[in-house]
Amino acid sequence: MTTATAAPLLEIRGVSKVFGSVIALQDISTTVGAAAVTCVLGDNGAGKSTLIKIFAGVHRHDGGDFLLEGEQVSFSSPREALDAGIATVYQDLAVVKLMPVWRNFFLGSEMRKGRGPIARLDTDAMRKIAKAELLAMGIDLRDIDQPIGTLSGGERQCVAIARAVYFGAKVLILDEPTAALGVKQAGVVLKYVIQARERGLGVIFITHNPHHAYPVGDRFMLLKRGRSLGDFAKSEITREELTGLMAGGAELEALSHELQQGGGAAAEAAQQIEAEAHDLAIPSGVAAGTPPKA
Amino acid sequence: MTTTLSPPTPEADERVARVGLLRRLVLRPEIGSLIGAVILFVLFAVSSTQFYSLAGISNWLDPASLFGIMAVAVAMLMIGGHFDLSAGVLTGTAGLATAVMTTQWGLNIWAALLVSLVLCLGIGFVNGYLVTRTGLPSFIITLATFLMLQGLNLAVTKLITGTVSVGGMAQVPFYDTVRPLFASRINVFGVDFKIQILWWVLVVAIGAWVLAKTRFGNWTFAVGGDPVASRNIGVPAARTTITLFMAVGACAWLVGTLKLMEQTSVQTNQGFGEELIYIVAAVIGGCLLTGGYGSVIGAAIGALIFGMTSQGIVYAGLDSDWFKFFLGAMLLLAVLANQYVRRYAERSGK
Ligand SMILES: Nc1ncnc2c1ncn2[C@@H]1O[C@H](COP(=O)(O)OP(=O)(O)O)[C@@H](O)[C@H]1O
Ligand SMILES: [Mg+2]
Repeated sequence: MTTATAAPLLEIRGVSKVFGSVIALQDISTTVGAAAVTCVLGDNGAGKSTLIKIFAGVHRHDGGDFLLEGEQVSFSSPREALDAGIATVYQDLAVVKLMPVWRNFFLGSEMRKGRGPIARLDTDAMRKIAKAELLAMGIDLRDIDQPIGTLSGGERQCVAIARAVYFGAKVLILDEPTAALGVKQAGVVLKYVIQARERGLGVIFITHNPHHAYPVGDRFMLLKRGRSLGDFAKSEITREELTGLMAGGAELEALSHELQQGGGAAAEAAQQIEAEAHDLAIPSGVAAGTPPKA
Repeated sequence: MTTTLSPPTPEADERVARVGLLRRLVLRPEIGSLIGAVILFVLFAVSSTQFYSLAGISNWLDPASLFGIMAVAVAMLMIGGHFDLSAGVLTGTAGLATAVMTTQWGLNIWAALLVSLVLCLGIGFVNGYLVTRTGLPSFIITLATFLMLQGLNLAVTKLITGTVSVGGMAQVPFYDTVRPLFASRINVFGVDFKIQILWWVLVVAIGAWVLAKTRFGNWTFAVGGDPVASRNIGVPAARTTITLFMAVGACAWLVGTLKLMEQTSVQTNQGFGEELIYIVAAVIGGCLLTGGYGSVIGAAIGALIFGMTSQGIVYAGLDSDWFKFFLGAMLLLAVLANQYVRRYAERSGK
């Protein structure tokens, strides 16, 4: 499917991940190009966060290949992923509530002055940069020293995003970054996604919302219960098809079957649902759960 | 100057006023212990003039400094989210190891000090490694180390010397080269102060600097506040935790050495039970039991409170049996104050 001859920035082939007896991911493949946005969509528990945590170095994959710029990698810690240029906004944001905003911003990548044993934190510079970067996101904090736990959920989200954007060198991963945001700030986040792409970064954007994904995405990967429902380039899927897949055309059909067996009013509802599933225009073969790529 | 017409400075934000100096002060972890220490000092000073004489001060700085050194390391570990119940008996292990190697095996005293330092760092490493590798509560891991060390201190010493103490350090060759560093006195207006007080000041200064100014200090607060988030965002969490346990080992070695050189002998039960005092001092000083918050200056003040109370009660003519009661009461007060501070800090700013 990929037309580029050079290796993509990031690629996974048949990756799987197991937690004890739970198969969180099975046979997942996708690519993230430089200056491109790959959207990962799926229901709760589909394995989206698990997938990006493999990229971020939180988990190691159990099977398959994970390639960064054509080379096999397997990060043993998030530090390694960061050093390789992959920055992540986690779904839980990964902030330390009791610590000041600016310390959270620079946590793990602190700026220092001086050398050797007397190297110390450059607190002034970090405060200033954190404040400026947040201001650029439209977050005007009254005090950059306040514990991040005192910020609202949306503000915390913005700190986590601003931090990843600031430190992401090659790949930027956003795990449901718009979930806790209002319309205006969700728009700001989407603008950031586009900006990152324009700067040449590969972006992995996780969302529930196909209306957020479609305008910014170059590639769409759908997950369901740890399996891939398909991995499409934008040219291969329309917004309606994506919405249909996300709305779970297959589930709607299953639901209608169940209701039909009830008879009476339930059967009536079943017919409506069936019609709806039909309207969603699901690409053939996809709804049945078979990935289009072998 | 008139303020009515001057435009606001560009840096100022009208909302900052709401944060307020008072809130800032209340949020300092050591503020409670500082107020407590001042009140105690005044109370004891009123009840006895001896208490604030130079000799009196030297007297209560004595226990305060030894506990204070350990309280600094234990406070840093607590800020990093862990306990070390083996810290007390480890001071005994340090002293016993040095004493046995020099008096029994004839090892050079400097070499013996180095070996026992490596031993203490190694035990700290094992504690930290087990805690990070297993993910078990440090309380349990170090309880096990505590029991094992307690047994080893007694059994090994008895095996080698046949008694429950090792003495004769003063007769060890080159003891006089070690003594100035660990057991000398500094004369201030005719009153002797032990050099361990200077060690204490040094350890507090290093601890405070590391916590406030260095990357490692930042990581310490982070892993204590939220270990998973810290690791995910790129903090080497395991390395930080292990280093903190090793710092406890280093301080235990220092305290064990100070005691050994001062007394020229060491008992097998040395340090037993003191591990709780270190934790008490750290908590009085504002460390949260849950980690992520605290201060080594606070812990040092906590140790000072311990020293003042232990001697002040005697000066005040009270039975020293009251000491533990007072200590417990102060701990309770400190924990309640801490809880209030935490709620205040975590409360939504909205
Ligand atoms: N650390 C873990 N240990 C065990 N199971 C996990 C772990 N992380 C995720 N899972 C399981 O993997 C599945 C996928 O979770 P997740 O990736 O968080 O889904 P999503 O982000 O798509 O909502 C869930 O069933 C979840 O319970
Ligand atoms: Mg998730």
